[in-house]
Amino acid sequence: MDLLLLIEQILNGLQFGVMLFLMAAGLTLIFGVMGLINLAHGSLFMIGAFAAAAVAGWTGSFLLALIASLAAAAMVGALVEITVIRRLYDREHLDQVLATFALILIFSEGTRWIFGSFPLFLDIPAWLKGTISLPGGIQYSLYRLTIIGIGLVVAVGLFLLISKTRVGMRIRAGENDREMIGALGVDISALYTLVFALGAALAGLSGALVGAIQSVEVGMGEPVLILAFVVIVIGGIGSIKGALAGAILVGLTDTLGRTLLPVIFGAFMEPSAATTVGSALASMLIYILMAGVLIFRPTGLFGRA
Amino acid sequence: MISMNGKAALKTLGAATAMALALASAAVADGHSKVKVGLITTLTGGGAGLGVDIRDGFLLGVKQAGDGGIEVVVEDDQRKPDVAVKVADKLLQSDKVDIMTGLVFSNLALAVAPATTAQGKFYISPNAGPAQLAGRGCHENYFNVAWQNDGPHEAAGATANKMGMKKAFIFAPNYPAGQDALNGFKRTFEGEIETEIFTKLGQTDYAAEIAQMRASDADGIFFFAPGGMGISFLKQYADSGIDLPLVGPAFSFDQTILPAVGDAAEGVLNTAQWAPDLDNDASRAFVESFKAEYGRIPSIYAQQGFDTALLIASAAAKADVKDTDAFRDALRAADFTSTRGDFRFGNNQHPIQDFWVRKVVKDGDIYTNTAVEIAIEDRQDVYAAECKLEW
Repeated sequence: MDLLLLIEQILNGLQFGVMLFLMAAGLTLIFGVMGLINLAHGSLFMIGAFAAAAVAGWTGSFLLALIASLAAAAMVGALVEITVIRRLYDREHLDQVLATFALILIFSEGTRWIFGSFPLFLDIPAWLKGTISLPGGIQYSLYRLTIIGIGLVVAVGLFLLISKTRVGMRIRAGENDREMIGALGVDISALYTLVFALGAALAGLSGALVGAIQSVEVGMGEPVLILAFVVIVIGGIGSIKGALAGAILVGLTDTLGRTLLPVIFGAFMEPSAATTVGSALASMLIYILMAGVLIFRPTGLFGRA
Repeated sequence: MISMNGKAALKTLGAATAMALALASAAVADGHSKVKVGLITTLTGGGAGLGVDIRDGFLLGVKQAGDGGIEVVVEDDQRKPDVAVKVADKLLQSDKVDIMTGLVFSNLALAVAPATTAQGKFYISPNAGPAQLAGRGCHENYFNVAWQNDGPHEAAGATANKMGMKKAFIFAPNYPAGQDALNGFKRTFEGEIETEIFTKLGQTDYAAEIAQMRASDADGIFFFAPGGMGISFLKQYADSGIDLPLVGPAFSFDQTILPAVGDAAEGVLNTAQWAPDLDNDASRAFVESFKAEYGRIPSIYAQQGFDTALLIASAAAKADVKDTDAFRDALRAADFTSTRGDFRFGNNQHPIQDFWVRKVVKDGDIYTNTAVEIAIEDRQDVYAAECKLEW
């Protein structure tokens, strides 16, 4: 395998990781601040993609579609927090899992009612189509490069929000001691709604960005949700920094594993067996990574004991 | 008190309705007993579009067969093998169906079909045709109306030869039908396999594979990526700037997903047993009536569901479903006019049929497929030789 291909695969891994980060950031914030396991986070990803596809279909504008995905997911997120999630904070995790699993079913069927059973069309806008030449002669998709850029901007923005602003201070305080911050006069339920809506909006944005190069269909959020959970477990639950590190790690491991493992096995096995063994092992790789991380750091890379 | 009376009245009404229904079904049962079909298919979650088309095609076929002799119970498998098995148990035990059909995915069919035939009931597959059920594992009560899985891929191999492909880059998801796909393609393809890859089932990002395509010296790509996987791959491939020719089975170019792929699929050759503009009366009538009933162009899944219903209706007209041997003979005769033209069963009760090359075209605003030519004629699957059934 030559160097150019390897660099291209690293970029692909980065792009995949950044996409996972957008999902995982919301998930880890919600878990860190409210102590809530939200299985319905994947549905918010789907809602973002469907909202973007619908708006892109009406207006033809990709930017409006992205804005719509943010708005729709944030709105649905806030609504769900106020009507359902709020009642779950004091419950056990099992109750939360049950209730948010029910939300997945409701959102999936609701989406199917509104948009039908067939996948929707959402395309990359003309101005982001095609490839550009990177130094060294690599041809890389402009759109994927844009996703990497957006993801990094969001990561920096979130970091600043949490560490430099008053809202961020409250979020951090809420993570540490929820009763005390309530006693200090902070409107804790408004803060929770805000955090939930923020997490939802990020998931929605991620859904819209990915929807343009994948299939916008019911149930598209669940496979990503599983990966996002792997990411926050690796990164350390509640840590934005951990979510970023975990996401990039998972993205790179998955992408490089998929391409390198069959090659490595090919060195000492016959090609078709190498393909089978390599791809079977590649699909386990991130879970092996997770197990490995947990052995050495049971609370994740950036988690607190 | 009033509410009590109301309740009593409702009860009476309910009982009366139930009796009326019982009378009605008794009337139909006159002559042959009514055929009860359990249709399990994917109606919710990912892949629901395929199940919806099978169901709609099947119900249209039942409706056109008329006479009310077939009763259908529809159930959803959510694309989960465990759910499919549970629902199948319910259909067999409490609904007491005579025939099961409907499953889209091979891994689900492998869980349900053997359990059904083991209880002396028929399983008639409208889609999934895993090799395991066509060869040594064939069963006298298992029929497949669509194809053995390898078929469309063998046709794609033949098409690749015709396109002048010499070094192929091939990939498919890692599950029974994906393995059948690569085997099928390699069986007929005469060139060399440059790279062979198994992707994850349900994979949505193909950046890594596309990068390998760019780096390889293949002169063409064969791929099997059904449903959403196909949408993802085609969109990403179109954006990658690689212009190697593509060929594949119809599952990535079907009516259920073409609208979501858009111009990324235009012009691509793909293979199937049927196309919406196939030149025969049965097909034309089917497409017209499907459009009138549901307001969309039927997919191959709808066509397969429709043919399955016609087959069951043709057998029900000849034999009593309770007389299993007679009914099986009636099914084997395949005495119906298939929308795909010539159709007959081989000894393993899988079709012997032509496969077509189709091309994705834009007709007005709608993307659809047009039949180009026959890719392989009168094809029987290779597993038939391993099947011990004789009739």
